[in-house]
Amino acid sequence: MKITFPHMGNTFIAAKVLMDSLGLDYIVPPPVSRRDLEIGVKYCPEMACIPLKINIGNFVQAIERGADTILMIGGFGPCRLGYYGEMHREILHDNGYNVDVIVLEVSRGEVREFLVKLKRLTGNSSYIRLINAIKNAVSVSSKVDELEKRTFITRPREKNKGDTDRIYNSFLEEVVKTKGYRNIQTLIQDTINRLLQIELVEGYKPLRIGIVGEIYSIIEPFTNMNLERTLGGMGIEVDRSLTVSKWISEHIVRKVLFLKKDDAFKKAAMPYLGAMIGGHAQETIGNSVLYSKDGYDGIIQLYPLTCMPEIVADSILPTVSRDKGIPVLTLVVDEMTGEEGFKTRLEAFTDLLESRRERCKIDNRAVLPRG
Amino acid sequence: MLKIGIPRALLFYEYYPFWRTFFEELDAEVLISQATTRNIVDQGVKTCVDEACLPVKIFHGHVIDLKDRVDYLFIPRFTSIAEGEYVCPKFGGLPDMIKNSIEGLPPVISTEINLRDSYRKVYGAISEIGGYFSSDKGKIQKAYKKAVQSYISSRNQFISGLPGWLGEKNSRIKLRGDFNHLNVGLLGHPYNIFDSYVNMNLIKKLSTSMVGIFTSEMMDEDSINNKAAELQKKMFWTFGRRIIGAAMCMLERKDIQGIIYVMSFGCGLDSFICDMVERRARASGIPFSVLVLDEHTGEAGINTRIEAFIDMIKWRSKNENYISTHG
Repeated sequence: MKITFPHMGNTFIAAKVLMDSLGLDYIVPPPVSRRDLEIGVKYCPEMACIPLKINIGNFVQAIERGADTILMIGGFGPCRLGYYGEMHREILHDNGYNVDVIVLEVSRGEVREFLVKLKRLTGNSSYIRLINAIKNAVSVSSKVDELEKRTFITRPREKNKGDTDRIYNSFLEEVVKTKGYRNIQTLIQDTINRLLQIELVEGYKPLRIGIVGEIYSIIEPFTNMNLERTLGGMGIEVDRSLTVSKWISEHIVRKVLFLKKDDAFKKAAMPYLGAMIGGHAQETIGNSVLYSKDGYDGIIQLYPLTCMPEIVADSILPTVSRDKGIPVLTLVVDEMTGEEGFKTRLEAFTDLLESRRERCKIDNRAVLPRG
Repeated sequence: MLKIGIPRALLFYEYYPFWRTFFEELDAEVLISQATTRNIVDQGVKTCVDEACLPVKIFHGHVIDLKDRVDYLFIPRFTSIAEGEYVCPKFGGLPDMIKNSIEGLPPVISTEINLRDSYRKVYGAISEIGGYFSSDKGKIQKAYKKAVQSYISSRNQFISGLPGWLGEKNSRIKLRGDFNHLNVGLLGHPYNIFDSYVNMNLIKKLSTSMVGIFTSEMMDEDSINNKAAELQKKMFWTFGRRIIGAAMCMLERKDIQGIIYVMSFGCGLDSFICDMVERRARASGIPFSVLVLDEHTGEAGINTRIEAFIDMIKWRSKNENYISTHG
């Protein structure tokens, strides 16, 4: 049995660790590229959201490299992610790819099933080993988050442009070849140490932008045209509201251990969106409010075309923007998104933020007058 | 008498008889917006975010049509209408979308209706909504019971034809009769199938072409549920489950010769369900066609496609058993 799984940014590192710790044989799909999207667009329904299309591309390429089992996360709505596994199965089977699709359900009351499925998959390894493997994966993913956060800080401030990316790229190359929890953990720590040694411009105060929206399009750099790198290159510090480790701990660990969800964003979203409506709409609204409180200069919302929860958030964000006096740029991505158009809008937005900051300095006011 | 406004869009096409009875029993006057027009669509498109689907945009238009004529607007937050199931997330965020996009609204009744955990949650929601009009708990209870009755009888009306509250244009249409036993299944969300402006009189067009129509409302509910339960994973959207279940029933019936799926552009649910229906239709060899609706859909294009589809199933049923003698 050779397992594969869909890409989502650096999630594959945690998945690698999980499977290494369980002694499973796996194939990591090649990094997301144009080809994944082309394969996905060919097989998937036209109006499906872009993650489904990229997933299919990942799977087909992994199957070409010998994978025969797909591991996918489940759910019970209302977001479409909950039905992804079934769509994957139907699409792949109808197109002659005979693979097993194993869906790990992590919704309420399904925790036991999740562990049992995982246990069966690993040929009855003990629960202690399972829990340990999950623990390893979580700790690696939060380490990866730490690394990414570090790049957000160094990229806009580095003295020699490109230092951060050089280190980060070599990390991405290395990590695919590295196996095992301990080795990967060391590699990440080494990379963080190297990032810490980058020479920074002293006293430089970059603009700060918070990124909110649908998780896949935020985390997978291919879908957002390397938004974090592009902005970092422009000398802007970014922060991403959703991270892999948060996602794993929210979707798996907290449910397995029955922990309460972190709900600072919920309180912040309350006046605008009073209920959980699925996906990350409430996070989008809540985190936007929190970013504005933290003094960020602007917010970028990202989501795939036809994403249902984010459309709701999109229609509420202008009110948040007006109330809190923080500019919001919404970017919708699909297979037709062109890099140049994307860049132009980013540049226009950052220009706006820049001149806004200048004006604020002159007026000596924190917030510009409305309208 | 307090006037309560119900926009003629989205779940109006499912629950209107229920709410009408409920509010009238509580001595409120129920006003509904006029049938969809070009102006309503335009207003909706103007106020709503671009990325939303056409039905949600139209809902915005209906709210604008209604807002100055009523004391309360009724836009409940539909999170779930059945145990263990959900509806589209946009229904859950609808009151927030409306409040943040349209100015000068009367008070909005946006009680959450979330039956995901238990059907019993409906009583809390009902007494909250009823509380706007009456403080008499018994009266609200009674109104609720009557409303359920009228909902059930409105569902039963579908067996004989389209009920009158779906709009004049729809109710005058003869659905089935002596149409040479030629029937098509019409699938999609009720607000796309029954809004005759949005789908450009699709039902009428079909019946004037002498084709009978089945919608999921006209199928036996138990068999829909049983069929949908055959799916490997439970379909967790209520409307999705109904559509796919109805589709699977239709594919087994000998008297349905084709399926037309009416889909709105950008509909998240339809993108998956339509694909699943299409796969199953293809596997069983039943002709299948999709009509995608958005604010730019032109009537000529729709006509051409309907005509072509009907011609095809007519030829098919005429020539199916014909084997050429020329070998």
